Amino acid sequence: MLDSQDQVRFEQLVLPHLDAAFNLARWLLRSRADAEDVAQEALLRSYRFFLTFHGGDARAWLLQIVRNTCYSWLEKNRPVEQMTEFNEELHTTTSVSPESLAIAGNNRERLTRALESLPPRQREMIVLRELEGCSYKEIATITSVPIGTVMSALSRARRQLQLALTGTTHQEVTHGL
Amino acid sequence: MACDRSQTVVHAYLDGELDAVGAAEFERHLEHCRECVDALETHEALTAALKRAELYQKGSPALRQKIQASLRPQAENVVSFTPSRVPYRWLAAAAVLLLLAYAGWRILPSLRGADDQTVIAAEMVDAHLRSLQPGHLTDVLSTDQHTVKPWFNGKLDFSPPVQDFSTDGFPLVGGRLDVVHGRAVTALVYGRRKHLISVFIWPLPVNEKDKSLHSGAQQGYHWLAWASNGMELCAVSDVSPSDLDQLHNLFTK
Repeated sequence: MLDSQDQVRFEQLVLPHLDAAFNLARWLLRSRADAEDVAQEALLRSYRFFLTFHGGDARAWLLQIVRNTCYSWLEKNRPVEQMTEFNEELHTTTSVSPESLAIAGNNRERLTRALESLPPRQREMIVLRELEGCSYKEIATITSVPIGTVMSALSRARRQLQLALTGTTHQEVTHGL
Repeated sequence: MACDRSQTVVHAYLDGELDAVGAAEFERHLEHCRECVDALETHEALTAALKRAELYQKGSPALRQKIQASLRPQAENVVSFTPSRVPYRWLAAAAVLLLLAYAGWRILPSLRGADDQTVIAAEMVDAHLRSLQPGHLTDVLSTDQHTVKPWFNGKLDFSPPVQDFSTDGFPLVGGRLDVVHGRAVTALVYGRRKHLISVFIWPLPVNEKDKSLHSGAQQGYHWLAWASNGMELCAVSDVSPSDLDQLHNLFTK
């Protein structure tokens, strides 16, 4: 399907972002095994659609496909999880001190649990910004929303993560498993 | 909540997404807004904690290998049932042609002699066409064979037969040097009514006896080749083959 020139381009432009693809899938699905399957599926999909890639940010282009593949997978395999929405109003006035956050943040296990407790739409904001180091523009491309929306979504996601980390929130997001 | 600023500005500042003016303005604001300073510190603490925890999850080497291995067979599978197989058909056709060409070259070497003649004839047709371009027809423009013949002295390693056939309807127009199949040759130009004929002349290789008369046509031009007196001659023109045959008879008379 791809001629040898495109094959080489694909290997040079897209394959180097395999770790980014896996990392996003791992955090969205909260499972390494599932992430391996979905990351592989997403890579094959990107290979099939490579001719529609017209240059630019190959990582954002790939992560967009990974994200869509993840949500399709979640819809099919864990329909309840997608419905989990965070009630923002409940927590907007609660503040977290930097000190308590620093202490809680020293526990990697606790951080992982807190991040996994966020709804996927907020979790992906943290993963893309804090772990993957994406710019707002890249996050906007990956999640298909305007940059302004990225800014407010990231702001909410951070606040929610802080609350989850310091135990300020009473909302327990139950895992699908 | 004394600060009425949008909380998102703190994040944009933290993430380096504010432009220089916006960042400077926000820094001035931080000087007297305790609330925004606290928010910034909290967010910074979170970012630092996430960094320290090294939560980034890399794919296993096995996954990488699995993906790399699945990409090439994938391409072949897709080829078998999508319209994009068309380029492969062309590739297959090209491969068959290449194979045939190779087979022809290997299995039928006896035909190569004939092929050479065709190639040389094609070169002479091309040379004749080139000569018809303005200013290319003749290097020496003379109807006098005694002017044309000496002109070639020192320019060639042989002395071509130069004759004027004006009385027979083939006036000599001139002569020029040409290169055919890698060697310098004489090209004599004759007129025939309103047409022009190039006669290419070069020495017959010593190991070859006289060649039989042969002729052909290419791109609407006829050519007639023969050998006489240790020379090979080839006449090329858009005149009729019978005119070329007549010229041939004049040369071998």
